[in-house]
Amino acid sequence: MPSCIPVRAWLAACMLALAALCGSPAAYAGDDELSATLIQFRDADFDGKTELVEKLVVLDNPRVAVILNALSDSRLYFQEDPGRVVIGLGDGSEITIEDAVTGAALGQVGKRDLDRITANNRLRSLIEDRLASLGLSSADPSQRRAAIDVFLRNPDPAGVPRLQARLAVETDAKTRQLLTVALALADLANPDATVRAKAATDLGGQLQPEIRGRLAKAAAEDSDPAVREAAQRALSHTQFRLQMLGWAETLFFGLSLGSVLILAAIGLAVTFGVMGVINMAHGELMMLGAYTTWLVQQWLPVNWSLPVAVPLAFLVTALVGIAIERGVIRFLYGRPLETLLATFGISLILQQAVRTIFSPLNRSVSAPDWMSGTFAIGPLEVTMNRLVILGFCIAVFALLWLALQRTRLGLEVRAVSQNRAMARAMGVPSARVDALTFGLGSGVAGVAGVALSQLTNVGPNLGQSYIVDSFMVVVFGGVGNLWGTLVAGLSLGVANKVLEPWTGAVLAKIVVLVFLILFIQKRPRGLFPQRGRAAEV
Amino acid sequence: MLIPRWLLSDRAGLVLLAVLAILGIGVPILSLWTPPDHPLHLSAYTVTLLGKYLCYALLAVAVDLVWGYMGILSLGHAAFFALGGYCFGMYLMRQIGTRGVYGDPVLPDFMVFLNWKELPWYWYGFDHFSFALLMVLVVPGLLAFVFGWFAFRSRVSGVYLSIITQALTYALMLAFFRNEMGFGGNNGLTDFKDVLGYPIHDDGTRIVLFILSILALAGGYLLCRWLVSTRMGRVLVAIRDAEDRARFLGYRVEQVKVLVFTLSAMLAGIAGALYVPQVGIINPGEFAPINSIEAVIWVAVGGRGTLVGAVVGAVLINYAKSWLTGALPEVWLFALGGLFVAVTLLLPRGLIGLLRPRETTT
Repeated sequence: MPSCIPVRAWLAACMLALAALCGSPAAYAGDDELSATLIQFRDADFDGKTELVEKLVVLDNPRVAVILNALSDSRLYFQEDPGRVVIGLGDGSEITIEDAVTGAALGQVGKRDLDRITANNRLRSLIEDRLASLGLSSADPSQRRAAIDVFLRNPDPAGVPRLQARLAVETDAKTRQLLTVALALADLANPDATVRAKAATDLGGQLQPEIRGRLAKAAAEDSDPAVREAAQRALSHTQFRLQMLGWAETLFFGLSLGSVLILAAIGLAVTFGVMGVINMAHGELMMLGAYTTWLVQQWLPVNWSLPVAVPLAFLVTALVGIAIERGVIRFLYGRPLETLLATFGISLILQQAVRTIFSPLNRSVSAPDWMSGTFAIGPLEVTMNRLVILGFCIAVFALLWLALQRTRLGLEVRAVSQNRAMARAMGVPSARVDALTFGLGSGVAGVAGVALSQLTNVGPNLGQSYIVDSFMVVVFGGVGNLWGTLVAGLSLGVANKVLEPWTGAVLAKIVVLVFLILFIQKRPRGLFPQRGRAAEV
Repeated sequence: MLIPRWLLSDRAGLVLLAVLAILGIGVPILSLWTPPDHPLHLSAYTVTLLGKYLCYALLAVAVDLVWGYMGILSLGHAAFFALGGYCFGMYLMRQIGTRGVYGDPVLPDFMVFLNWKELPWYWYGFDHFSFALLMVLVVPGLLAFVFGWFAFRSRVSGVYLSIITQALTYALMLAFFRNEMGFGGNNGLTDFKDVLGYPIHDDGTRIVLFILSILALAGGYLLCRWLVSTRMGRVLVAIRDAEDRARFLGYRVEQVKVLVFTLSAMLAGIAGALYVPQVGIINPGEFAPINSIEAVIWVAVGGRGTLVGAVVGAVLINYAKSWLTGALPEVWLFALGGLFVAVTLLLPRGLIGLLRPRETTT
C-alpha cells in the first residue's frame, strides 16, 4: 500500500490540529507578559493600577478587552491558591470562574477563596476610554469609528499619536474622513496659531455637537484673533449646514405627510373627481384595506405579508366598491347631495360591521423588517417606513395614471366623465364603466389602507380621521385632475410641516383648513380646474 | 282673521303646533303635579330628554330652511349649534362663582387649573344674562354671515360648499380642543350650578327650560313657515331649483342666500343655547362633522322642504337613538346607516312624503 504512509502522516497532522483545538485555547506569544502584568494588580494601589491598565492597553492581545471589562465591572479576582488572576462569571457565594489570560473555564469556587481586584470610578472611565481606543485597531470599520467618536467627545492629547498611526494605514474612506476631523479637533489645542486657525477652518460644517462646542469656545476664548475669526467662520458654515439639514428634514416630513394625504385622496380623486360621486364611505374602504393587512398577517409571516396584502386589499375593497355602486350609487347619479347621504350611511354600516366582527379595539399591524429602522441620505436620517410609503405612493400614482391614460378602460372612463351622453352614443357601456371606475377608486383606497396600517392604529375609526383631509386635497387640486391631487397633497403636507414648528401641530392643521376654505372662495374649481365647454357641473 | 292665511293653509304645521301646545301643558302637569309613583309621572330625566329632542328639532328646522328650500347642503350646522351652546355655557360658567372646585370668584375652574391669572377679554360680559343671549345670536350669525358672504359671492355651491362647511366645523372642533383657546379644551364647559339664580338641576327649572324649548321651536317653526310663504320664500325655491335663472331674472341671489343662511345659523345657535343648560355640558365633540351630518339625516328622513318633516325626523331618530343605544348598542349604527340608504333610495320625500300627496316635489 504505497499510499499508506502519506495517509498516516495526514492523520497525525489532524490529531495535532485537534489537540491544539481541544486543549487550552491557543496560546499567544504575549501571554506570559500579560499574566506577568496581571499579577502586579494584586498589590498595586489605584495609581499603580492606572499604570498597569496603560501597560495592558499597548499589549496586542485580544484578551485585554475582556480583562479590562471585567475589571471595570469588579469581576476580576486574584485566586491565592495557584496564584493567578481569574474572571468571575455571575454572582453568589459560589461563582464560576475562568482564567483571565487563556479564558479556560476553571469550574466553581467559593467566593472566600477569591480576592477581588477593586476599581474606582476614575479607573473605570480610563478603562472605558482605553477600550474605545483599542477599537481603533479593530477589524470592523464601524468599531473603529466608534473609537474615534470617543476621542471626539473627549479629545485627549495622548490619543493623537494613535490616531495619526491609524490614519497612515486606514483604508476605509469614511473612517479616514472621521480621523482627519478628529485630528483637526486635536489641532485646535495646538500651540501654533496658524495650525489652530487651519484646524478651525477644517472643522467648519461638522455637525457633531462636541465639535460645535469646541469651535464656539475657540471663537470666544482663543488668544489669537485670526483663530477666533476662522472659528467664527467655521461656526457659521456649520450653522448654515444645520439649517439646510433642518429644512431638508422638514421637507421630508412634509413629503411624507403629503404622500399619506395623496394615498388617502387619490382613490377619491377617481370616484369624486372623475365620476363626480361623493363617496363618504371612502375612509371606510381604506379601513377595510388596513384590516385586510391585519388578516393577512394572521396567516403569513410579517415580512411577506405586505406584498400579498396590497393586491388582496385592492381586490377586497374593489369588490365592496362595485357592490356599493351597483347596490346604491347607480340609482343616485346626478343627485350628488343624496349620494353623500347614502354613502355616509354605508360608512356607518361598514364601521359597525368591523366593530362587530373584529372588536371595537385597535388591531396592531406589525411592520416587516425591511420597513423598520432608518436610512441615511447623507447626514439626513429618515425612517424607512416613511420612505417606503413615499415610494409606494408614487408607484400607486403612476400605475393609476397609466391605467387612466393608457388602457381601454381608462379611455372609456375619461369619455364618460367628460360627456356621458356622447360616450354612450359612441357605444361605451356607461353602466359597466361606472361600476369599474368606482371599483378602481375603491381598490386604490384599499391599497392606501395597507400603507396607512403601517403608520397609524388600525381600528374602526381609521377612515373617519382621513375623510375631511382627503376631500380637501381633491378639491384643492381641482376635481377631475390626478396631477392636481398629487400637487395638492404634497404642497399641503409640506405646508403643514413648515407651519408646525411655529404654531404646533393642531394649529397648523387649522391654519391649513382655513387657508383652504379661503382658497376655494378664490378659485372654486381648485388649483388645476378641468377645462371644458360645460357651463355648469 | 285671528290666524293668518299662510298658517291656516299649513295643516301639518297646525298639527305640529297643537302637539307642541299639548306637550307644553301636559308635561309640566305630569312631571310636577303627579306623585312619583303615578304611572303617568314623567321623571326629570324624561323631561330633559324631551327638551333635548326639541332642541335637535329646532336645529333640524334650521337645516331644512337652507337645504330644503334653498338647496344649500350645509355639513357644518352643528358648528352654529355648538357656538350658541358655548355662548350660553360661558354665561353658566360665570354664574358658578366661588362654588367651583377652586373657589375662584372670577376664573372658571379650568383656567385656574391652567394657571391663568385673568379672564381672557372674550369672556368679558358673559356674566350678564342679556349679553350672553345676544351673543347666542350674534356669534353664530356673524360667522354664518362672514362665511356665507365669501362663499356665496364666489359662487361656491353644491358639493364644494358642503365640503367647506364640513371643513369649517372640523377646524372649529380642532380649535376648541386646544386648551389655549380658553374654552375648557377637551372637557368643555360643565359643572353648571344655576341659571338666573335658579338651581339648574331643580325640577322647576327643568320644566321652565322645557317650556322655553317648546316656545323656541314653535317660534322658529313659525318664522321659517312665514318666511317661505312670502315672496322671498318663492325666491328661495327658485334659487334651489334654478339658481342661474333666478340670477338672470334680476334677483340678488347672493344676498338672499347670505340672509337666510345667517338666519338659519341664528336658529341653530338658539337651539344650542337651550340644549346646554338641559344637558349640563358642552364640549368640542359637538363640533364633530358627524353631528352636522346627523342633523341633515333627520331632515332627510322627515322629508326636506317641509319644516314639519324636519321636526318629525329629529324627534323620531333621536328617540330611536336613545332607545337603541340603550337596548341594542350594536344595532344602532347599522340601523342609522341603513336608514340613510333606505331613505335616499326609497323615500326621497321623507316620511312626510308618505302622508302627503305629491304637491311640493323637489
